[in-house]
Amino acid sequence: MEDAYLVALLTLSATIRVSTPLILGAMAGLFSERSGIVDVGLEGKMLAAAFAAAAASAVTHVAVIGLAAGIATSVMMALIHGYASITQRGNQVVSGVAINILVAGLTVVLGIAWFHQGGETPPLPPEGRFMPIALPFQDTVAAVPVLGPIYARLIGGHNLLVYVALATVPLTHWIVNATRFGLRLRAVGENPQAVDTAGISVAWLRYRAVILCGVLTGVAGTYLSIAQNANFIRNMSAGQGFIALAALIFGKWRAWPAFGACLLFGFLDAVAIRLQGVSVPGIGEVPVQFIQALPYALTVILLAGFIGKAVAPRASGIPYVKEH
Amino acid sequence: MPAAESAPPAIELRHIDKRFGTVHANRDVSMSIARGSITGIVGENGAGKSTLMSILYGFYEADSGEILVNGKPAAINSAHDALRLGIGMVHQHFVLIDPFTILENVMLGAEGGALLRRGKASAKQELERLEREYGLGVDPDAVVGTLPVGAQQRVEILKALYRGAGILILDEPTGVLTPQETDQLFRILKTLRARGSTVILITHKLREIMAVTDEVYVMRGGAVVAHRRTAKTDAGELAELMVGRKVRLEIEKGPAKPGAERLVVEDLTLHDARGVTVLDHVSFAARGGEIVGIAGVSGNGQSELLEVLAGIRAADAGRIVVDGVEITPSQPRDPARMRDLGVAHIPEDRHRLGLVVSFEATESALLGYQHDEAYAGAVLQRHGAINRHCAALMDEFDVRPRQPFLRSASFSGGNQQKLIVARELARAPKVLLVGQPTRGVDIGAIEFIHRQLVEHRDAGCAVLLVSVELDEIMALADRILVMCDGRIVGEVARSDADERVLGLMMANARGADGIAASA
Repeated sequence: MEDAYLVALLTLSATIRVSTPLILGAMAGLFSERSGIVDVGLEGKMLAAAFAAAAASAVTHVAVIGLAAGIATSVMMALIHGYASITQRGNQVVSGVAINILVAGLTVVLGIAWFHQGGETPPLPPEGRFMPIALPFQDTVAAVPVLGPIYARLIGGHNLLVYVALATVPLTHWIVNATRFGLRLRAVGENPQAVDTAGISVAWLRYRAVILCGVLTGVAGTYLSIAQNANFIRNMSAGQGFIALAALIFGKWRAWPAFGACLLFGFLDAVAIRLQGVSVPGIGEVPVQFIQALPYALTVILLAGFIGKAVAPRASGIPYVKEH
Repeated sequence: MPAAESAPPAIELRHIDKRFGTVHANRDVSMSIARGSITGIVGENGAGKSTLMSILYGFYEADSGEILVNGKPAAINSAHDALRLGIGMVHQHFVLIDPFTILENVMLGAEGGALLRRGKASAKQELERLEREYGLGVDPDAVVGTLPVGAQQRVEILKALYRGAGILILDEPTGVLTPQETDQLFRILKTLRARGSTVILITHKLREIMAVTDEVYVMRGGAVVAHRRTAKTDAGELAELMVGRKVRLEIEKGPAKPGAERLVVEDLTLHDARGVTVLDHVSFAARGGEIVGIAGVSGNGQSELLEVLAGIRAADAGRIVVDGVEITPSQPRDPARMRDLGVAHIPEDRHRLGLVVSFEATESALLGYQHDEAYAGAVLQRHGAINRHCAALMDEFDVRPRQPFLRSASFSGGNQQKLIVARELARAPKVLLVGQPTRGVDIGAIEFIHRQLVEHRDAGCAVLLVSVELDEIMALADRILVMCDGRIVGEVARSDADERVLGLMMANARGADGIAASA
């Protein structure tokens, strides 16, 4: 019993850790897409940030510099996407895909050129990473039965970026719904002409949304390489940007439901990890590949069957051309 | 009015000139619009009215010329500048955000601080004050997308007033309104004038100009051709000035000679994807040699009725009989097979259903008939025949320019419509379904198309005319059916119909008598 409780706690704790990049990615996508800029480049931006953070940290051994490098790189990618889709009114999906392809190649090439480790960056020492933060009285409280482990293992025991990710959810919800910027953001995603005729710059508004998106994917990528792991591995984002996008759609472009979707996908992933090598009665040992595929398969099923009608922001994906 | 002359005009335009490439959209336009007046600007489509107002509202920049607002030269480079100068605009197509509440729509751009809460409270107070003052009849917390069109338009007016606009431009404001909503709008405009606001009304409906304006400017070909005090002119003179020649507002037609029933519709019922009933036991008959008009505010099932009759969608119940051939929901016919029965269709939305805008005129003139042996060989199209066919249609129906290889999108709205009318009428159909035949079409083309419809009536064709323009229905139809909420709520012979009767029937499905009694 005690054991099962601990296993459950550990699985939930893993859920939070696995969900972190998804949450950051989904909130990033939320800002971009609510402004009417479709972003399939979340994946690429996360990967670019992961590489930049690991590279900067490998040189300086300072985690915060890694974070800064990750955010700066990701914002740069976001600005490229913004320039293509806002200023040049290009196709937003093409631009996003281009960023994904560019980053997938460029990180490996630069990795080989700079670090000579087959595209990976060197392993980082603890000071170069975001390490789990000890909560106050963690050791004392951990001894308390039932509630102790929750405090120590579920609430505590995570690194700074996990808490940052969790904080972005209420923050995003608040910005979108309670601020002037949020009102205009929602408006520009629905009907940019209304924003234009109200005397507000559509382009500047969308650029700000895209930059915010870049900042958040920057944190997500940084988390992957220097918090969750200890170096950059080629293609380490492994589709999480797309899963974040799926969670965003699943949550109908709203912060809390998207957060719920991220936790669900994270939970499936955490369960998959825990089920590896476990013998299920009646079936025997489930093949690792099957379990690993589970979250993706479920994503497809959930998206196809349970999401209901997801109405995207109406102006989403359409470049704004002034007309009257 | 000596007082008005001493005060500077609210807006003065001096020698405004604007070109788009080879199109000279505004030629040396000068206007002076008195404060506290309602000024009309009339002109056909493409006369340059909208371009001029877009310049005034900062969407476009004039190539040359000067704008004075309240006597001071003003540089208006954006909507922001216009708003700052107190100029508000109600666009023809509303620029509202459907999922937002009225309050949020009105606040956008004038939120009163980085956080919404305080701004919302004060905006609500202000809206309530405006509501009391002008009687707009809207609830600030209602979601805009759920409102009827007339109310959405009042939200647009509210937006402008909320920003303190003393000068209000309305671009074709009545196109989508019922007669009652139009009356309400005019009452609001008069209240605005009484409180010192200046209103500019852009329209091509002369009746409205006569009903509500103090002065009127007439534009043609990008230039101002006349300036009149409304009291000293009449609709006939204005129409003549607009088109530059005499036009008949009435259509000359003899009495209908109804023959056999060509189209019979019985208990036609249709539900949309959400299960809402859009056609509710619609029954009527149309005889050869008569024009049956279907009046109604748009969105009351007329579009769906046309689509069902044309074979574009299948009904859920009921039957259609075309010249003795029965069509039931269990054996629906697609549009091609409806055409084989002699049913031609001039669709309401010419860009969506009428033609392919990226096709050349030759191809658009062929749509629906591309499998005819005359045009389709075993494998290849017979280009010679197709091109000759298109050229002949263009000659006969006066489609300009006469360039069969021009992309359909490059023709003006009126000429696109003439091309479609030509295509559908070329086969001498037995039943002609017509939806909004003159929407967005200039007066010259309207006259032409109307004459064509009457000619085909006289040739024995049963014409079913759906239009939201009462003028058009009244001018053409021999019998008028009124639709509301998917049902036919009344039938009036043309001789007994007037706009008031039709308007009341259009606005209310059940209690037309009740309204008539209370009015």
